[in-house]
Amino acid sequence: MTVTAGPDTTRTHRVSTRTVTEEPPARRRTRRGVTSAGPLACTVLGVTAVLFVLPFYYMIVAASRPMSEMAQLPPPMTPGPLLLDNIEKALAQQDLGLALANTFFVAGVVTVSTVLLCTLAGFAFAKLRFRGRTQLFGLAVGTMMIPPSLGVVPLYSLMVALGLAGNLASVILPSLVGAFGVFFMRQYVVQALPDELLDAAKIDGATMLRTFWSVVLPICRPGMAVLAMLTFMTTWNDFFWPVITLDSSNPTVQVALANLGTGYVPDTSVIMAGTLVGTLPVIVVFLLLGRQIVGGIIAGAVKG
Amino acid sequence: MTLSLDPTPAGTATSARPAWRSRLHRWEGRSAPYVYIAPFFLVFGAFGLFPLIYTAWISLHRYRLGGSMSWIGLDNYIWLFTNPQFYNALWKTITIGILSTVPQLLMALGLAHLLNYKLRGRTFFRVSMIMPYATSVAAATLVFTQLFARDAGAINWLLGLVGIDSIDWRNGDWTAQIAISIIIIWRWTGYNALIYLAGMQSIPQDLYEAAAIDGASRWQQFLHVTLPGLRPTILFTIVVSTIGASQVFGEPLIFGGGQPTGGALGQYQTLGLFMYEQGWTFGQLGRAATVAWVTFAVIVVLVLINTWLARRRERAA
Repeated sequence: MTVTAGPDTTRTHRVSTRTVTEEPPARRRTRRGVTSAGPLACTVLGVTAVLFVLPFYYMIVAASRPMSEMAQLPPPMTPGPLLLDNIEKALAQQDLGLALANTFFVAGVVTVSTVLLCTLAGFAFAKLRFRGRTQLFGLAVGTMMIPPSLGVVPLYSLMVALGLAGNLASVILPSLVGAFGVFFMRQYVVQALPDELLDAAKIDGATMLRTFWSVVLPICRPGMAVLAMLTFMTTWNDFFWPVITLDSSNPTVQVALANLGTGYVPDTSVIMAGTLVGTLPVIVVFLLLGRQIVGGIIAGAVKG
Repeated sequence: MTLSLDPTPAGTATSARPAWRSRLHRWEGRSAPYVYIAPFFLVFGAFGLFPLIYTAWISLHRYRLGGSMSWIGLDNYIWLFTNPQFYNALWKTITIGILSTVPQLLMALGLAHLLNYKLRGRTFFRVSMIMPYATSVAAATLVFTQLFARDAGAINWLLGLVGIDSIDWRNGDWTAQIAISIIIIWRWTGYNALIYLAGMQSIPQDLYEAAAIDGASRWQQFLHVTLPGLRPTILFTIVVSTIGASQVFGEPLIFGGGQPTGGALGQYQTLGLFMYEQGWTFGQLGRAATVAWVTFAVIVVLVLINTWLARRRERAA
């Protein structure tokens, strides 16, 4: 609470001086319509940013030093020389190498399928007229509120019956297309695809499939890219269901990390190295495209 | 097709083919929307809706891992509601949920307010706030388990600097719950802040200008313009966080070294862990399904209570 209270009082002062000098508030406002942050606001944000990033830094420090050094007080503050050694040890544990390959495969398939199928459904909900459209879209959005882990017992029995328990397919199948993606792409298509283009395609006698392929897909590429990044990240980090259906002989990264933490590996530096390796792909994607991902999360959050 | 059409006079062929094709074309246009949305509903039906409903059916059976189902009526529910372990898990789920959700949403609101200022390096701040969200439950918990270690953990060391004795985070009742809540808070605060920020930016600027002309301070503007404008967004985050809190699983699992017991005394065993323990440690899938179904009922009740409280507070404000 002090986080919000502090900066607001400074702001109160600034506004009151402004009214005294009779400056119209609108003139000082920028295009975004917001006054600039004072030193206190910047400090609070800076401290928070450090707190958010610090665990990553600790992970790197711990992963690059021998465990014995991490047990000293005060703990070391800078990275050491053993990063590659520890990563090598970690890769040998719990089939982390296999886990990485598995996870790239799962996340890749799920991402491609989700993006294509969600764009298809999102386009239909955004631009095509058909009976039951509103109700079906409401139903699709409503399914987002159902926690997927509740159906986990029958889902597991289903996968056992299909002979897929322990198989990567059991992780891929339920994630092939998701309600969030449908919702996200529908919002994107509504604002990105002008009706005139669809009318033109119709006049030219293009079939629906042809229209989708040659008109809708090219225009939706930016939205699809954001959805792809979000899907890749979510799938990479998926925990609950993979832990249940997969075992340590054929794990995804998260399953392998969970096993790393079960105490069979006593070297905490190796655990941190494994964690670093398992987190790195997502972090790299994030540092390269963080701005777009943030934009996507914000776009996905804005709703009627 | 084309071969059989060949012998017919050219005139009929050309007039017949467009008619055939345009009928196909029209049929394609009419059915296309349903074909496009079908994959979603098929996947959801098979792997979402069917399992959810079938959970209720399984909960009425004795069903061992690898065995077959036999009808036992409400026995699983009787077992559940007379089991102190269930009430413990329910209680821990609620306390961890409150400990993690309330500070998280309040801080997110404050951060969003600050991020809404004109700010140098705003992209940097936004990306750093969302980095924890991109980190998996497993990775975050593994790191925080080190930070919360009793003897050589960085957090106890920091507390020692200000004269607080080492805390045995994992073995204490409330300390373990606080540690787990801090992991959840770390992962989700920035994400919620971004959602609030999006909500704040969709509030029309005229409202602030009108309030300023009426002499409202920044704080009054926050209370009387920002908060009412964020009402749907806040309600949304409360509902999502409530559902999330009822599903807490990975953090206590890994924090407890991979054991679903939630500590020696179950001091951080959530409903998710309890279900997992029943189903996949003890092989009692029927009982696990019962836990899942009761969890679902709890979620519905909690969401309704939250919505009602939020509505009432808004009306009072």
